[in-house]
Amino acid sequence: MAILVIAEHDNAALKAATLNAVTAAGKLGGDVHMLVAGASVGAVSQAAAKVAGVAKVLVADAPQYEAQTPENLAVLVKGLASGYSHIVAPATTAGKNLTPRVAGLLDVAQVSDVVAVEAPDTFVRPIYAGNALATVKNADAIKVLTVRTTAFDAAGEGGSAVIEPVAAGADLGLVRLIGREVTKSARPELGAAKVIVSGGRGLGSGENFSKVLEPLADKLGAAIGASRAAVDAGFVPNDYQVGQTGKIVAPQIYFAIGLSGAIQHLAGMKDSKVIVAINKDADAPIFQVADYGLVADLFTAVPELVAALG
Amino acid sequence: MKILVPIKRVVDYNVNVRVKADGSGVDLANVKMSMNPFDEIAVEEAVRLKEAGIATEVVVVSAGVGAAQETLRTAMAIGADRGILVETDADLQPLAVAKLLKAIVDKEAPKLVIAGKQAIDDDANQTGQVLAALLGWAQATFISKLVPGTDEITVTREIDGGLEKLAVKLPAVVTVDLRLNEPRYATLPNIMKAKKKPLETMKPADLGVDAAPRLTTLRVVEPPKRSAGIIVADVGQLVDKLKNVAKVI
Ligand SMILES: Cc1cc2nc3c(=O)[nH]c(=O)nc-3n(C[C@H](O)[C@H](O)[C@H](O)COP(=O)(O)OP(=O)(O)OC[C@H]3O[C@@H](n4cnc5c(N)ncnc54)[C@H](O)[C@@H]3O)c2cc1C
Repeated sequence: MAILVIAEHDNAALKAATLNAVTAAGKLGGDVHMLVAGASVGAVSQAAAKVAGVAKVLVADAPQYEAQTPENLAVLVKGLASGYSHIVAPATTAGKNLTPRVAGLLDVAQVSDVVAVEAPDTFVRPIYAGNALATVKNADAIKVLTVRTTAFDAAGEGGSAVIEPVAAGADLGLVRLIGREVTKSARPELGAAKVIVSGGRGLGSGENFSKVLEPLADKLGAAIGASRAAVDAGFVPNDYQVGQTGKIVAPQIYFAIGLSGAIQHLAGMKDSKVIVAINKDADAPIFQVADYGLVADLFTAVPELVAALG
Repeated sequence: MKILVPIKRVVDYNVNVRVKADGSGVDLANVKMSMNPFDEIAVEEAVRLKEAGIATEVVVVSAGVGAAQETLRTAMAIGADRGILVETDADLQPLAVAKLLKAIVDKEAPKLVIAGKQAIDDDANQTGQVLAALLGWAQATFISKLVPGTDEITVTREIDGGLEKLAVKLPAVVTVDLRLNEPRYATLPNIMKAKKKPLETMKPADLGVDAAPRLTTLRVVEPPKRSAGIIVADVGQLVDKLKNVAKVI
């Protein structure tokens, strides 16, 4: 049987996380189909058809899918589900919002945040903020999964899937989108960045985030991340939060600056290739996971680092 | 309106959990247990709505072992009016919990369910959404703001790109994120008062719910450990290591 990947998009472009989900789906043994549900999603469907490994793209194009609200989408996915062994979405805020609702409608269990596929019915997932890895076997006929994007490479281009329209479902009219405040930034997306510069409470203010961390991020072409404490204090927007309950990242290099390294933070970044910590407290737990630690005041060390990078 | 808040007893967020040597799970013997932090935020929000004269009653529900009574008492000390424990020693997975909650919602008829967005033990992030599906209600996950209304509420959700504002028809299920509020500490007089609040206990069978698990855990292991690296003397040495040893810049 085939596997259905739910495409994440903004009606204009496919989101990168979908490509990681396609790779995970490819490990489940079956043709990979992708569902693009949205409004005026011609361009997204074209892009989806070009993703390597995708055999068919199902397109539900209707105004009631424009806002991507899960009530309408879940009913649509439920209607398509009987032809599939697995339904897969990336474990992004959109995926986490939608797929449990699909699983609920289908009366099946969801396996969240899959980091490895051992068999088509057996998956590895982190629990307890990543302090343990559980291998679980799912006995349900249709397996609903969200997959951790950092655990699977992004699928490339080169596909030539057939595009097939599917009938849209009803508009349940349960929710109405009032608006979105999307953080605008010229920097790479946190989830896809090769270099991340993260700051914590030690930065002291949003102004210091811009004055001290941004020059470093500019030098390195990095994304900026933050600890929960920095977000709670209002230094940076919520979508900067890295951790158990924020974003999961695994860049080539992660700079942890003025953050202590609480387990909830480590859960989101400990799979980074190289971790650099700058903290004035030599006993900060972040040094226990850092490849390179510098015990120093960040307000002198970071500008020095920027200068040294030339 | 009546508000229902599901709560879960979990390992305290400060505990460093250990995996059992036989790979059967994590060691929960003699470990500090607390209310799931997200659920505390959910209880706090419901109680604030009651204090603002919007909620008429706040009912807290937990499914799990008998000791979850303490967790329900904690919620009542924050200000919930009464508690319901669906008692079982069995392994409860999110789908089963959502079914139990659905049965309670059918009996209690709340207009709003406020749940935590995830439990910090299994990190599943499902129960609220599954419950909304089973009820056919509107859902709003990961909310950082809730503005009440009569037939609908307005919420702000934390999403990957920033924030999203939705008008949500009641009845609805919402799940809360960290920045919705800062839960109060229960005061001693309120802890005493909470001991006298009603707490009803029932079994999954009383609700006619099949709570059998669908997922079997084959093994639980520790993730590969990251070992600490080196402490560099200064910025110059740091740059040298990154350029010439790690070769990442
Ligand atoms: C349910 C729950 C979920 C959570 N989820 C997350 C999550 O997803 N992500 C997350 O990050 N946290 C999360 N947390 C919070 C976590 O427990 C910590 O409270 C938080 O990560 C601490 O942030 P911090 O390291 O910036 O602050 P602190 O722990 O206060 O650390 C600040 C650090 O800055 C250093 N410092 C201060 N000034 C300087 C200076 N001038 N130069 C150099 N160093 C300096 C200090 O030595 C200290 O080590 C969660 C908590 C709970 C309960």
